[in-house]
Amino acid sequence: MQLSGMGFGAMMLPNIPIVGNSVSPEALLEGGIDVALKKRLADAALNAAKSKGATYTDVRIGRYLRQFVITREDKVQNIVNTESYGVGVRVIANGCWGFAAVVDAKTEEDTARAAEEAVAIAKANARLMKQPVQLAPQKGYGEVSWKAPIERNSFEVPIKEKVDLLLGVNDAALKNGANYVNSVLFMVNEQKYFASSDGSYIDQDIHRIWPIFSVTTIDPKTGKFETRQALSAPVGMGYEYLQTNPKDKVTGITTRYNKGYDMLEDVISAAKQTKEKLAAKSVEAGKYDLVLDPSHLWLTIHESVGHPLELDRVLGYEANFAGTSFATLDKWQSKNFNYGSKEVNLFADKTQVGSLGAVGWDDEGVKTKQWDLVKEGTLVNYQAIRDQVHIIGEKESQGCCYADSWGSVQFQRMANVSLAAGKTPLSVSEMIKDVKKGIYIIGDGSFSIDQQRYNFQFGGQLYYEIKDGQIAGMLKDVAYQSNTQEFWNSCVKVCDERDYRLGGSFFDGKGQPQQVSAVSHGSSTARFNGVNVINTARKI
Amino acid sequence: MAVILTEEEAKALLQKVLSFSKADECEVNLLGEIRGNLRYARNEVSTSGAMTNKDISVQSSFGKKVGVASIDEFDDASLEKVVRRSEELARLAPENPEHVGVMEPQQYIKSNGYFESTASITPDKRAEAVAKSLELSSKQGLAAAGFLEDRKGFTAMMNSKGLFAYYKNTNVNFSLTVRTDDGTGSGYVAKGYNDFNKLDTAAATKIAVQKSLASKGAKALEPGKYTVILEPTAASVLLESIFFGMDARSADEGRSFFSKPGGKTKLGEKIVDERVTFYSDPTHPDLPAAAWSGDGQPQAKTLWIDKGVVKNLSYSRFWAQKKGVKPVPNPNNMIMEGGTATLDEMIKSTKRGILVTKLWYIRPVDPQTLLLTGLTRDGTFYIEDGKIKYPIKNFRFNESPIIMLNNLETLGIPERVVSTESDLNYILPPMKIREFTFSSLSDAV
Repeated sequence: MQLSGMGFGAMMLPNIPIVGNSVSPEALLEGGIDVALKKRLADAALNAAKSKGATYTDVRIGRYLRQFVITREDKVQNIVNTESYGVGVRVIANGCWGFAAVVDAKTEEDTARAAEEAVAIAKANARLMKQPVQLAPQKGYGEVSWKAPIERNSFEVPIKEKVDLLLGVNDAALKNGANYVNSVLFMVNEQKYFASSDGSYIDQDIHRIWPIFSVTTIDPKTGKFETRQALSAPVGMGYEYLQTNPKDKVTGITTRYNKGYDMLEDVISAAKQTKEKLAAKSVEAGKYDLVLDPSHLWLTIHESVGHPLELDRVLGYEANFAGTSFATLDKWQSKNFNYGSKEVNLFADKTQVGSLGAVGWDDEGVKTKQWDLVKEGTLVNYQAIRDQVHIIGEKESQGCCYADSWGSVQFQRMANVSLAAGKTPLSVSEMIKDVKKGIYIIGDGSFSIDQQRYNFQFGGQLYYEIKDGQIAGMLKDVAYQSNTQEFWNSCVKVCDERDYRLGGSFFDGKGQPQQVSAVSHGSSTARFNGVNVINTARKI
Repeated sequence: MAVILTEEEAKALLQKVLSFSKADECEVNLLGEIRGNLRYARNEVSTSGAMTNKDISVQSSFGKKVGVASIDEFDDASLEKVVRRSEELARLAPENPEHVGVMEPQQYIKSNGYFESTASITPDKRAEAVAKSLELSSKQGLAAAGFLEDRKGFTAMMNSKGLFAYYKNTNVNFSLTVRTDDGTGSGYVAKGYNDFNKLDTAAATKIAVQKSLASKGAKALEPGKYTVILEPTAASVLLESIFFGMDARSADEGRSFFSKPGGKTKLGEKIVDERVTFYSDPTHPDLPAAAWSGDGQPQAKTLWIDKGVVKNLSYSRFWAQKKGVKPVPNPNNMIMEGGTATLDEMIKSTKRGILVTKLWYIRPVDPQTLLLTGLTRDGTFYIEDGKIKYPIKNFRFNESPIIMLNNLETLGIPERVVSTESDLNYILPPMKIREFTFSSLSDAV
C-alpha cells in the first residue's frame, strides 16, 4: 500500500515519516563506525544467540541518514537532518522467530543483550508455532561489500545549493501564476551491515533521492482550486538526478523525464497547467481507451501486480492488514492463469541501476537478481524470501527481504516490478494516432485497491482527451475503475524501449508494525482498451 | 539510566540540558519508550519483537534563527554536545520569519494514561493473550491473523523561560482478522486501551469469528445509493479526513474544504447535521491524552464541530499571531457525541440498507469536497425489514464525509475504536446514513 498524506493540510505532499536523531549536515558526512568494529559487534551477537540456543541468527547494524529540505513560496520551512543508528538481531530458537533491537548499540555487551532478548522472545512464542520455521539454505559470502553507483553524493551538496534550487523553483511557479507552491528534497543514505550465522558479513551503501513539488492555483471567482504535483520519480541515485540533460527529456504534450530531472522546467509547466485544469472540461463518464504514461502507470503496476504477487500475501501472512491476494497458488500451479494479454510481460528485479530497490544482497544475505512474474500474459512466479520460498518449490530465496530500520524486523518486500517494453517499434504518437475515443493520463494521483487486489480506482495529474487519433484538450474530474485481470487483459499495446522510464514509491507501507519501503516500477507508455472512467466532481 | 523516567528524573535531566545553553532561547523535548509486539498469521506466530528508544531534542534560537539537534545518549558530555550542535545550526540557519519564541510557563490539567498492567507486559503475557484468541479461532477451523502491540513511554519538555511539562502513558492495540478456510468469509476486530487489563482477547476474537462465519456465501448487490449503518470502526476512517483537515491556515489560503470564496472560511458555519458534535478532551476517562502539545501549549476540552457548526479550526502560534486570534493547537484526541440507539435497534429500524463493519484503503479523490474512495471489507451485510438478511459482496464507495454527515439518520452509542488507516484511537458512535454512494463491486473477500 502506497502511503498517502494525512489529510489535505497545507503541505499537500506525502506525510513525512521523520525517524532518527536530528544532526548537523556535516555529521551526515562522518563515516559511521568502522567495518572491523561492526564485525566484532556482530560476532558478539552471533555468539550470544548461539550460546542461548539459537539455530540461526542474523545481525543488522544500520546507520540511516536522512535529509529533508522543505520549502513553501519564498520560505525555507524546515531543514531536517537525521541519523538513526542501532542494531537489530533476529534469531530462530525452538523453531520460532524472535527479534530484538537496541538503539545506539556500540559495545559487544549491547549487541549480545539484544541477541539474548531475541532468543527469549522466540522461546516464549514457540508454543504458538505449529511447525518450525523452514529456512531455505543460503551460502555465506564472507566479507563482501556493495555501493550504489552514484555520481554525486547528495549529502555532500551544500544546503545552500539545495535551498537555492527549491526557492528558485517556487519563484518560477509564482511568476507563472500559481498562488501557492510547496517543494521538498528528500535524500536518504542507508549504511547497512549484515552478518549471519551462515558466514556472511555484508557491508552496503545505498542512496536515494526524491525532489517533489505541489503547485496550487485558485480561481478567485469560484473559490475552486487545482493542484499539479511534480512529474519527477524517486530514484536510487545521487544528486546527479537533478542535472538536466536533453537526452533525459521526453517531449510531447508536456515534458516528462527519465534519468535526469529538470525541476525548474517542470514547475513552470505545472503552474501553467493548474490554470488550464481550472478551465478544463469535466469528463463525461463512460468507457474510454486509456493511454497511460510511465509516470502514471508505475502506481497501477505497483498496486495490481507488485502487491498481489507477494507470496506472503498469497499465503495469508498479511491478512490482518495489507490483505491477501486473488493470485492464489492454484492459479500459478495451473500454468495457464491469464493475468493479462499476450502483450503483458512483467518482471521483478533487485538489480536495475538507478532503481530504488537495487542492492547487492537483501536483508537476509541473499544475492539479488531479476526474474519473471508474468510471461506473455501468463502468471509464472511470485516474490518470496527464505522462510517461504519452499512453498513454491524453489530451493533458494529470490532475494527480496527488507527492513526499513535497524529497529524493524526484515520481511518480504516488493522488488522493483516492471512492465517490459514492447518488442515492436512503437512511439507514443503512433500509439495515440490509432485511438478513436480515449484519455491520455500523465502523473499519479488518487489511488485505492481492495485487499485482494481485484477492484481499483486511479486518478492522475494531467488528463488529455483523445478524439480520432488527436489530442483534443484537457479534461478534469477523471478517475478510472477496473479489475486487475480485466485491466491487464485489455492491454493491447506497449511502446518500445525508447519510452521506457521508471516511476516509484518512496513510502510503500506494509506489515505490523508498519514499515516503509522504496520501490521502482518501469514501463513504456501502454494502451488499455474500454476502461470504465468515472466523473469525480461533487456538489456540496 | 532507566528508559522511562519519572517526572522528577525528567525535570532534573532537562534542567541539566538547559544549564548548557548559551542561546537567546532554548527548548528541550525528551522521550523514552519501550515497545513490544506479537504478530501471527495462519494460526501461528510469524514475527514479533521488542524495541527500546530514547531521545533528547534541543531547539536553540538566536532571534529568528533556529537550530534543532537531537541525541540518544544522556551522559553529561553528550548533553552538552547536543546543545552546542543546536546552537551551531541556529547560527548557520537562514532567518525563519515564521518563528515565534518559546512560551511562558503554563498550567496543565491532569490526565492519566499510564497503567502498570500494560507497563509490566512480558513476552509470556503477550503469548498468553494471543493463545486465548488462537484457541477460539482454531476450534472453528478458521485461519487467524492478528497483531498485539504494547507501548510504555513518557514525553517531557522544558524551555529557557521555565515551562515544564511531563506525560507518561501506556497503550495496547489488538487487531485480528479471521478467515474461513475456503477464503469466502472474513471478519475483523480491533480494540485499543491504555489499560491492558481491559483487553479481553477472547471476547474480541468472538466478534471476528462471528463476522467471519456470517460473511460466507456473499451475494452481489447492484452498486448505487443505499442507506448504510457504519459501525464505529468503519466511520473512523471517513471522519479522519475532517479531523486532519481542520487547519485554519489552509482554509484562509483558499485550498481546503473549510475555505470559502473571497478568502473566507467556514468557521461559524453549519456544515453538517445539527446532531453532529465532536470535541477533543485530554481528560476523557476512556481516551486519556497528553494535556499539552509539543510546543508547550495547554490542551483543554475544545469543541471542533458543535451541533453541526464549525466552532474551531487549529491555528499555529504563528498563524494566530498573524490573524490576531488565540492559537488553537491540533487536538491530541477526538470524541464524537452519539445517541442512545444500540446497533441492534439501528438495524431493526432499517427497511432496506447495508451494514458496513469495516472500510479499507481510503484515499482522497477531491480535496474541495473531501470526496474519498475506498472499499468495504471483512463483513458487509444486507438489511431488509429490520433484519440482517444475508452477507453481500464488497463495494467500492465514492463519498464525502461531509455529504454523509448531512444525510444522517441516527447516531448510536459511542465507543472507543482504532482507526484501521492511522492506528489512532477515537470515541465514535455507529451511524445510520441515507444515500451513501457505492460505485462498483469488488470480488475481494
